[in-house]
Amino acid sequence: MGSTNSTLSKIPNVEELVQETGFTPAHIVRLYDRFEALDKEKTGHLRPQDFGAINRLAINPIGDRIIGAFFSPGQETVDFHSFVRILAHFRPADKKRPKDPSMPEPVNSRTSKLKFAFQLYDQDKDGKISRAELLQVLRSMLEMQVTEEQLESIADRTIQEADLDTDDAISFEEFRKSLEKVNIDHKMSIRFLR
Amino acid sequence: HLVKLGVHEVPPPSSGLLTPTMGGFVQIKLAVYFLTIGLVLLNLPCGSYTEIPPKPPGTVTVLPPVTPAEGPQAFPDAENSNLPVFTMNYARIQVPFEVTLWVLLASFAKIGFHVYHKITFWVPESCLLISIGLMVGAIMHSVHEEPPAVLSYNVFFLFMLPPIVLESGYFIPTRPFFENVGTVLWFAVVGTLWNSIGIGMSLYAVCQIEAFEVQDINLQENMLFAAIISAVDPVAVLSVFEDVSVNEQLYIVVFGECLFNDAVTVVLYNMFNFVAEMPEVEPVDVFLGVARFFVVGLGGMGFGVIFGFVASFTTRFTSNVREIEPLFIFMYSYLAYLVAELFSISSIMAIVTCALTMKYYVEENVSQRSCTTIRHVVKMLGTISETLIFFFLGVVTITTEHEWNWGYIMFTLLLALVWRGLGVLVLTQIINPFRTIPFNFKDQFILGYGGLRGAISFALVFTLPDSIGRKKLFVTTTICMIMFTVFIQGISIRPLIEFINVRRTNRNLETINVEIHSRLIEHTIAGVEDLCGQWSHYYWKDKFLKFNNRILRKILIRDNRAESSIVALYKKLELQNAMEILDTVSGDINAGSSIVSLQYVYPLSHSSACFLSLSLSLSRSLSLACSLSLACSLSLSFSLSLLLAFSLSLSLSLSLSLSVSFCGLVTLSVSLSLCPPGCLSYTSFHIVHPSSLTHYPFNLNRSDGYLRNPEGFGLGSIYQG
Repeated sequence: MGSTNSTLSKIPNVEELVQETGFTPAHIVRLYDRFEALDKEKTGHLRPQDFGAINRLAINPIGDRIIGAFFSPGQETVDFHSFVRILAHFRPADKKRPKDPSMPEPVNSRTSKLKFAFQLYDQDKDGKISRAELLQVLRSMLEMQVTEEQLESIADRTIQEADLDTDDAISFEEFRKSLEKVNIDHKMSIRFLR
Repeated sequence: HLVKLGVHEVPPPSSGLLTPTMGGFVQIKLAVYFLTIGLVLLNLPCGSYTEIPPKPPGTVTVLPPVTPAEGPQAFPDAENSNLPVFTMNYARIQVPFEVTLWVLLASFAKIGFHVYHKITFWVPESCLLISIGLMVGAIMHSVHEEPPAVLSYNVFFLFMLPPIVLESGYFIPTRPFFENVGTVLWFAVVGTLWNSIGIGMSLYAVCQIEAFEVQDINLQENMLFAAIISAVDPVAVLSVFEDVSVNEQLYIVVFGECLFNDAVTVVLYNMFNFVAEMPEVEPVDVFLGVARFFVVGLGGMGFGVIFGFVASFTTRFTSNVREIEPLFIFMYSYLAYLVAELFSISSIMAIVTCALTMKYYVEENVSQRSCTTIRHVVKMLGTISETLIFFFLGVVTITTEHEWNWGYIMFTLLLALVWRGLGVLVLTQIINPFRTIPFNFKDQFILGYGGLRGAISFALVFTLPDSIGRKKLFVTTTICMIMFTVFIQGISIRPLIEFINVRRTNRNLETINVEIHSRLIEHTIAGVEDLCGQWSHYYWKDKFLKFNNRILRKILIRDNRAESSIVALYKKLELQNAMEILDTVSGDINAGSSIVSLQYVYPLSHSSACFLSLSLSLSRSLSLACSLSLACSLSLSFSLSLLLAFSLSLSLSLSLSLSVSFCGLVTLSVSLSLCPPGCLSYTSFHIVHPSSLTHYPFNLNRSDGYLRNPEGFGLGSIYQG
């Protein structure tokens, strides 16, 4: 624990991070350690190859999409702040937080989590999940187990179930509606270790 | 028929025939009344069904059963009578006959309840069944008869309990169960221990109060009694919680707790039983008790898993003997139960784990029909057992001997509630930090309040050794406890849940969207956790799944194609849609709009169909009904389907209907119905409700003269006859 303070001092703008993401300083220290472990060349930034070194992530069917989610469009590296900010999506929601309409939506609210999941599908960022995008995700998740026709049928059925404005794509609102009965906070939260 | 015999010619007693006489009852209107009296009268000569009873005064002549030495029955003594044209041999069929009648009686009661929907909504069936049982018990008591010994130790634990526990184990929702297995075991083990010890100690303290006159109950006996009544009972809890849809986490914890506390109950019961007969308790015994607990619990689970795997392995080879496939499920699970009983380890845990393990692999190996059969039979057996248990609980309440003691009984009820409440509070505080969704106070309240006691306690208290002086008091207290929890808590729990607004579950979560997105989210979480370098139970789940796919499935499943749950759900939903459409059509004369294609069924969620049916009557005995249906749908594909529906209706008319649909837009259906003169047939007009795919209303052929106007949409009917 003595090293905590020294590590904290190495990280710029810790208070701002704590405020923005809701992580405690102890969490941030641990994440910093992890960041440094991944950043083998000590540049202070992570590149896609560094993420690829994590074995289990490499065999995850949507591993590349997850990695892609860390990099904002146009950027090729991720610094520690962005790293933590993305991870903050997965904090369990704070139940005691009063709903303040003037404040921006907290980063681990239900809507933000859903948006994160939506962006995993919507790679071209047009605000809709098209049939082709859905097919891509299905194909990577179901790998070798189904034939192409079955995949297409499943994709068709999925869109039909969710698509309310019949544009043959799933918008964010339709996505949200189809998951309204699911406890997203439970499913998309990680208990971060200290 | 039994009473219409009016057998008045009684052969003389020396003939060796067995012919009880019975008074004649004529014109009994209500089936229940009939059966009750029939049963009571049957019991008059027959009594408890395991022995030949003494003769009650006056009414009946019972002859000793025929032994082979006396010769075959068909040949009377030559000097007496001629060949009897009509004989009756009751003793031969006595046991199965009585069993059947009792089961029927209980089932009629169950049918009767559902006549009034309001009743079953507010009062759980268990209460109603107990009430009917009480009435029947009162009748039997007034004619001084003993009911059959259904709740005796052997019959209950060997025949009545396994089907219920099998049903619960078979239909456990597996995913939530494994996610919550820690909490379940925590509550089951530690909770039951806490309850027993707490209630036992405080009851002992209560016994010291002179005013209640129960000072002769020593500590061991109190602890024994506490062990019996502290266990939450699966039968009672399931029958109440089934209809009330609380949130999944809560349901699975209550459900799991009542199934898995059996291990603790068994150990405590045996331990205190043993101790109650011994003058001294040594510390070694306590240690041995703990060791025994592990043997009982883990042994039970181990046996269950072994039998589950053996059953799965067997079904791998049954592709040529499809008819007996369901048999293996029942035999193996019952075997698991019996073997566990053999070794005095927790049989309930054995059968539950057996069902859990078996279900996954067996359902992939057996045919679709066997799968349906298994599910139906499991449910049916479970329901029958549960019905009988509650029914006999009522009956036996009246007919046993009681010893009432206000102080002891009231304090027991109070202490049970208090300790359970405290237990839930304390245990939740300890385990909440380990849970992803902690329990809030409302959940805890329902958890505590839902701890119903039931028939297991009752059966156990009956088998207390008679060396315990106050056994009757214990019996009475247990019965009071059961009645209190089942009636008062059981009836009030539904309004309470609505009142305090516990998080409810929505059982309709099976859409393909949810499944796909949930899967995506799971992968995401697993990925992010790996990113952060953390473990979680996704890690274990993943490991197990890999082990499963690589090794277990290859051994246990015949036709090993790893099937993703997404694909499985998709197939299931398609099949469901197709079956729903076919089902609603085949009962009618006029077929509804149906677009069934074998590869692709579009959900009718955006379509509505309404159709007009016009019918012509061509001749007295033949009518042709033509219906044109207009279906507007937003479907993008079309299919042509031919549906042939053949229905045999209640008034013996035959109808054949043919429906053809084009483009999802128009359905033409022609139906031909052939009726003997004098019967009425009609057709009716239906609207297909978009989301439920049911036709309003079903139509039947009626042979009375009414022109039915179903639900206000009637148009066109045939009237003839």
